[in-house]
Amino acid sequence: MTLTPVITEHWDDPELFTLAGYRRHGGYTALASALKQEPDAIIGTVKDSGLRGRGGAGFPTGLKWSFVPQNDGKPHYLVVNADESEPGACKDIPIMIANPHSLVEGVIITSYAIRANHAFIYIRGEVPEAIRRVANAVREAREAGLIGQNILGSGFDLEVVVHAGAGAYICGEETALLDSLEGFRGQPRLKPPFPAVAGLYASPTVINNVETICNIPYIVGRGVDWFRQFGTEKSPGFKVFAVSGHVNRPGIYEAPLGITMRELLEYAGGMTDGRQVKFWLPGGSSVPMLTAEHLDIPMTYEDMAEAGTMLGTGTPMIFNDTVSVVKAVTRWLEFYKHESCGKCTPCREGTYFITQTLERFEHGHGTDSEMGTLVDLCGQIAGRSFCALGDAAATPYPAALKYFRDEFVAATTTAVDDQFDPAASYVFSGAAAR
Amino acid sequence: MAISESTREQLDELVARYPRPRSALMPMLHLVQSLEGEVTPEGIALCADMAGVSAAEATAVASFYTMYKRRPVGRHHIGVCINTMCGLLGGDAVYDALSERLGVGHDQATPDGEFWLERIECQAACTHAPVMTVDWEFMDDVTPASAVDIVDRLQRGETVHSTRGPAIRDFRATEHSLAFPEDGLAAEGTPVDDKMLAGLRLAKERGMSAPAVPAGQEG
Ligand SMILES: Cc1cc2nc3c(=O)[nH]c(=O)nc-3n(C[C@H](O)[C@H](O)[C@H](O)COP(=O)(O)O)c2cc1C
Ligand code: SF4
Ligand code: FES
Repeated sequence: MTLTPVITEHWDDPELFTLAGYRRHGGYTALASALKQEPDAIIGTVKDSGLRGRGGAGFPTGLKWSFVPQNDGKPHYLVVNADESEPGACKDIPIMIANPHSLVEGVIITSYAIRANHAFIYIRGEVPEAIRRVANAVREAREAGLIGQNILGSGFDLEVVVHAGAGAYICGEETALLDSLEGFRGQPRLKPPFPAVAGLYASPTVINNVETICNIPYIVGRGVDWFRQFGTEKSPGFKVFAVSGHVNRPGIYEAPLGITMRELLEYAGGMTDGRQVKFWLPGGSSVPMLTAEHLDIPMTYEDMAEAGTMLGTGTPMIFNDTVSVVKAVTRWLEFYKHESCGKCTPCREGTYFITQTLERFEHGHGTDSEMGTLVDLCGQIAGRSFCALGDAAATPYPAALKYFRDEFVAATTTAVDDQFDPAASYVFSGAAAR
Repeated sequence: MAISESTREQLDELVARYPRPRSALMPMLHLVQSLEGEVTPEGIALCADMAGVSAAEATAVASFYTMYKRRPVGRHHIGVCINTMCGLLGGDAVYDALSERLGVGHDQATPDGEFWLERIECQAACTHAPVMTVDWEFMDDVTPASAVDIVDRLQRGETVHSTRGPAIRDFRATEHSLAFPEDGLAAEGTPVDDKMLAGLRLAKERGMSAPAVPAGQEG
C-alpha cells in the first residue's frame, strides 16, 4: 500500500502553521462550504464517511455527534482531546505543531455541526510548543473573522479557548478531562449520563481526538466518496501513523488504514542493525502486544481486534530482540501505577501490587506462583475498574506472558539486566554514551 | 505573595476566558507558578479566591497535577523521559548521566537553584527517543553526552535552542506561556523536523500521493 499524505501533505512548507500558509494550500475553503450547509447535513456527511475516532477506541464520529440533543435550550460544547499522553502515542502533538490550522478549521466546522458556540482545546501542559502554535492559529483565525461573531456572514458565533493541562495522563479519559476543565481534580465520572447528554457544565458536549477533528475539513471539503477510497468498509480513511522504536527511520507516516506493519516497517527503513522484530504494539501501551508473526495483518480496527489486540492510537512501537519483555512491561506498569487517579480500589491497589511483583521479576526474584497470581490479579482489575485506565493496566502482562512465558520463568532466577545487556538496546553507542 | 496590579489584571483575564470562574483554576495555578517558581500556599489561596472555591479545594487540585511544584524548581526544569520507549532506547543512561552531573536525584533541585531534575513519563515524542525536556521544551534524540553538554551550556549562560521550538528561556517563562500561550514565539526555531517529515519526503521521492480530489469538489 502506498503512503498517502493528506493531513501531512504540506508539512514541508515552513509557513504552513500560519493562516496565510494554510490558505495557500486550500485552507478554510471547507469551512466556507460547510457554513452554507445545514448543520444536520454535515453530521450526515460525517456519518456516511464512516470516520472513526482516532483517540483509541474507534467510536464512529458522526454517530457520536448525532447523540447531542437538539433544540434543548442548553448551550452545547465541543472539547478537543489533545492530552496525548498514552505511552507510544506521538501523532497529535506533531499535527498541532505542523498544521494547527487544520485542527482549528475542524473545530469551527464541528462546532457549527453540533450547534456549539464554545469550543475548548485541552492540550497536555508538557508541550508548550504545541500549545503556542495552536493558540497562535486560534488568534489568527479570530483576527480573520473565522472565529467570533457572525463567522463569514453565516450568523454563526464561536469562541475557542486553548487550555493547558498540568501533567496527568488520566485527563485524557474524556470525563476526567471534563472535570479537569471545570477546575476539579481530573477524575473520571460515572457513565451514563454520557457527555453528549451531560458533559461540560452538565450540558451536551462532544469530545473528540485531535486527529479525528483534523479529518473533518477533508471529509467536508472533498466528499464521502473521496474519503472512502481509503481504508476498508469498517475502517475508512487514512491515518497518521507514528512509528517508533528500533527502526532506521522512526517518524510520521500517513497511509490508508489497512496498511500492514511490514509495509510501514519497510517505509521506516527496516529494523536497525538488521535485527529481528521481537514484539510490537499497534497503538499505545494500552493495547496487547504482537510479535513478528503478526506483521502482515492489516492495520484496521477490525483486523487488529481479530488478532486479539486493538489499533488504539495507531502509533506502532517496535522493539528488537535486545529488549527484555519483562523490563518493558514493568516500565509500563510503573506508569499506570503513577497515573492511577486513585478513585477506585481495583486500579489504585492493583497497579501498586502488580508493579511491586513485576519489579521483583525484573531483579530476578519472581516466583512461579507469582506468575499465576499476576494473571488472577489482572483478571480482577480488567472489567472491574471505574474507567479504562484500569483495564489498560491489566493488559501488558497477560499479553507478554502469552508470547514470552520463558522470559518470566527466567526472571525467577536471573535479573533481566544480566540476561539482556541494557546498552545493547540503546540507539547510541561509544563516545555519545560517555 | 505581593500581588501587583499586572498580576491582578492577568488573573481577571483568565477568569474572563471561561464560562465559569472555577475553570480558570489550572491556568491561574500556572500563572502563580510563573511568578514564584513554585505553587505556594499564598498562591493557592489567591487562585482559590479568584475561582470562588475554598483554599482546601484549590489545594486538592494543585496537588493532583504533577506539573505544579510545591518546592522551588529553580531556574531550569530538566525532564528525562523514562517511559518504556525512551528509557530502554537510552533514556535510563541519560538520566543517570544527568543525575551524576547535577548531583541530585528525581524531583530534586540543585542547591544553587539552577536545575530541577525529574524522571518524566512519555512526552508524545517517542519517534524522537530518547527525549529530554528543558523547561518543557523538546530536546529530542539526546545521548548522555549531549544531555550533559546542554546542562553545561545552560549553566554557562549560553543560548540553547530547543530541537523543535524556541531558544530556552527559563522555567517560569514557560509557566507563563502555559497560562498565556500567545507568547509570540510560534515562529521560532524549526519545529517541524526530519522525523515529522519522514513519510512525506519518502512519498515524494517515490511519487506516492493520496487519490486525486474529484473534479469540482476541490476543498
Ligand atoms: C486513561 C485514558 C487516557 C486517554 N487519553 C486520551 C488522549 O490523550 N487523547 C484522546 O484523544 N483520547 C484519549 N482517551 C480516549 C478518550 O476517553 C475518548 O475516547 C476520546 O477522546 C474520544 O475521541 P475520538 O472519538 O475522536 O477518538 C483516553 C482514555 C483513557 C481511558
Ligand atoms: S480505573 Fe484507575 S484511573 Fe480509572 S477511576 Fe479507577 S483508579 Fe482512577
Ligand atoms: S516514551 Fe519517551 S516520549 Fe514516549
